[in-house]
Amino acid sequence: MRVDFHTVFPLRPARVHEVYGPSSMSFAAMAAAGACLWIRESWHSDTLMPQGLLPIFNPARLLLARPKDQTDALAVAEEALKDGALPFVVIEITRPLNLREGRRLQLAAKAGGTTGLCIIPEGIGSNAAETRWHAAPIFDTQSEDSTLMRWEIKKNKSGTFGAWNVRWDHKTRRVHVVSPVGERPGSARARS
Amino acid sequence: MWFPRLASDRVLRARAVDGPFAITLKSNNTEQIYCLNKRAERLGLTRGMSFADARAFCPDLISQPARPDLDARFLAMLRRWATRYCPWVGRDGMHGLVLDVTGSTHLWGGEAEMLADIQARAKRAGLTLRLGCAGTRGAAWAFAHFGTGKEALTDLPVAALRLEDTTITALQRLGLRNIGDLAEAARAPLARRFGPDLLLRLDQAMGHIPEPVTPETEPPQFATRMSLPEPVGLTEDVMGLTARLLDPLCDKLNRYEMGARHLTLTLRRVDQGSPQVELRLAAPMRDPHRILPLFERGVGEVDAGFGIDQIRLEATQVEPLPVQQIGSAQTSPDQLNDLITRIGTRIGLDNIQRVLPADSHIPERSFTIAPAAFSTPDSAWSCPRPRPLRLFPPEPLAGHGAEPPARFRWRRMSLTTGRAIGPERIAPEWWLPDEAWRSGVRDYWRIETREGRRLWLYHTPQNPGWFVQGEFA
Repeated sequence: MRVDFHTVFPLRPARVHEVYGPSSMSFAAMAAAGACLWIRESWHSDTLMPQGLLPIFNPARLLLARPKDQTDALAVAEEALKDGALPFVVIEITRPLNLREGRRLQLAAKAGGTTGLCIIPEGIGSNAAETRWHAAPIFDTQSEDSTLMRWEIKKNKSGTFGAWNVRWDHKTRRVHVVSPVGERPGSARARS
Repeated sequence: MWFPRLASDRVLRARAVDGPFAITLKSNNTEQIYCLNKRAERLGLTRGMSFADARAFCPDLISQPARPDLDARFLAMLRRWATRYCPWVGRDGMHGLVLDVTGSTHLWGGEAEMLADIQARAKRAGLTLRLGCAGTRGAAWAFAHFGTGKEALTDLPVAALRLEDTTITALQRLGLRNIGDLAEAARAPLARRFGPDLLLRLDQAMGHIPEPVTPETEPPQFATRMSLPEPVGLTEDVMGLTARLLDPLCDKLNRYEMGARHLTLTLRRVDQGSPQVELRLAAPMRDPHRILPLFERGVGEVDAGFGIDQIRLEATQVEPLPVQQIGSAQTSPDQLNDLITRIGTRIGLDNIQRVLPADSHIPERSFTIAPAAFSTPDSAWSCPRPRPLRLFPPEPLAGHGAEPPARFRWRRMSLTTGRAIGPERIAPEWWLPDEAWRSGVRDYWRIETREGRRLWLYHTPQNPGWFVQGEFA
């Protein structure tokens, strides 16, 4: 059985979620799609380009925090989640969270009613996460300038798994689910 | 009161020099002597002399450049000190003070005793001071600058009337050498020849026209302190005291319609140590209930030692914060500002940033990152062409020719080009030196690979090579 996308995608509020994979930054931007705090350790050499964020949401609503290490990053994340002044907090994680840290983030999110999203390297997910997603771009044969991605839910505390091909609609500023080519009725693979 | 050597006395008070000393000021493209000490004057140096000449006269002359801003601050300090003699103290030019001592001399036992006290205190402080005491401000100025002993005002030269140099020279040519000559001369021809200014100054000195002293107001001090009979050491106690200090401070800020931006809490310990707790706020604030919780983290880290017996709270930086109407449609950003302050006490207020648009085609310079506490959001973004979501320092690729490579390796992945969109040529900004753009113009391509990754590649035709600089959503 597969869950419906709309039951999982605007990420369940007051919880902390996780995402990994090559498109995790896009996933985070699309999940936030509004005022958010982006916590990123200051030693990263790559930057988030605001013009690239423009089709997703207005970069003026973005606030960046540049802590020097992960301990500070988690402290900032906990403070921001608990406060609830910003509805969405993105945390870039570089080393595995232990159960205590994951649980503290989860409790902070619950206290503030804020959604948290950890961008994690592959394979270091925390047990406390509400859902864990894998996001990867896929080549769109149909149109250029597309943002076609495959989002797969790998862990779900209250539901089952699922996978969807999605793209970002610039005009309506929301995620559109594109049914996979192979499974569409009348397509080549369905007929065979 | 006239301080003829204010600038050099200020420097020599901090660091005594045994020998000739001069302060130099750069004017008319030459270093000139602005102020000097007694020793240097005795050696024949004068004010306005060029510094090179002075060095030739006196090879062991020690000098320092002039700091008129520090001199002005020093004079303001002296003005505050002078209010011990009378409340009516104003500034007179760059190097003088004027006191209206009417009615306060008897507190010092008479005019002569008061002047002696002022002179003695100035001498102890290492200041050269010349005093003049008279019934009018003009006459007092004349005695301070030109008086030598017990002569009358009419015996002083005309220069004592605060006149321009050209007027003084002209008066001397006419044979009017001292004030008495001038007072006896016919007024009408003088007014025709020199304008009303000369007679105004004369009348002010003689007391025919009043000239009031303008006292300056003290700038408000936003600080409170408390001494304790017994030392305290518990965090709750210190927080309670901070709350008691915050209330009067915030009242005062409220009265002046100011908000604190930077607060310093100084805790003086019994053993004379004084740890400080600094609090930088993301927005000007004067609400004690909101400021107090922000101190918690800093106060918790202080080592109380054997106890704290004095506590002082000062708003070291204030900004105007006018009273605002309640209930406007705009949502209050207070909660966000409080959050920024709280995070800022942990990672530094400069590390919470926002992005602002910048006017440049160069991708790296098309936005700026500014501290959120000191900038306002700007929504004037424009982006005629798609830009990547992530931007990284250029990573070289193996590729040849002006067309994007069909297959390439990047970060240990072998990728196949599915679709290439471009080129978009971006030329370097020649008016700004930038090491990264030395390789000339860049042709940017959006590459959609069969494997999925959508990359931003560029080719440098003037210096052939292929690089990856970004990744799209």
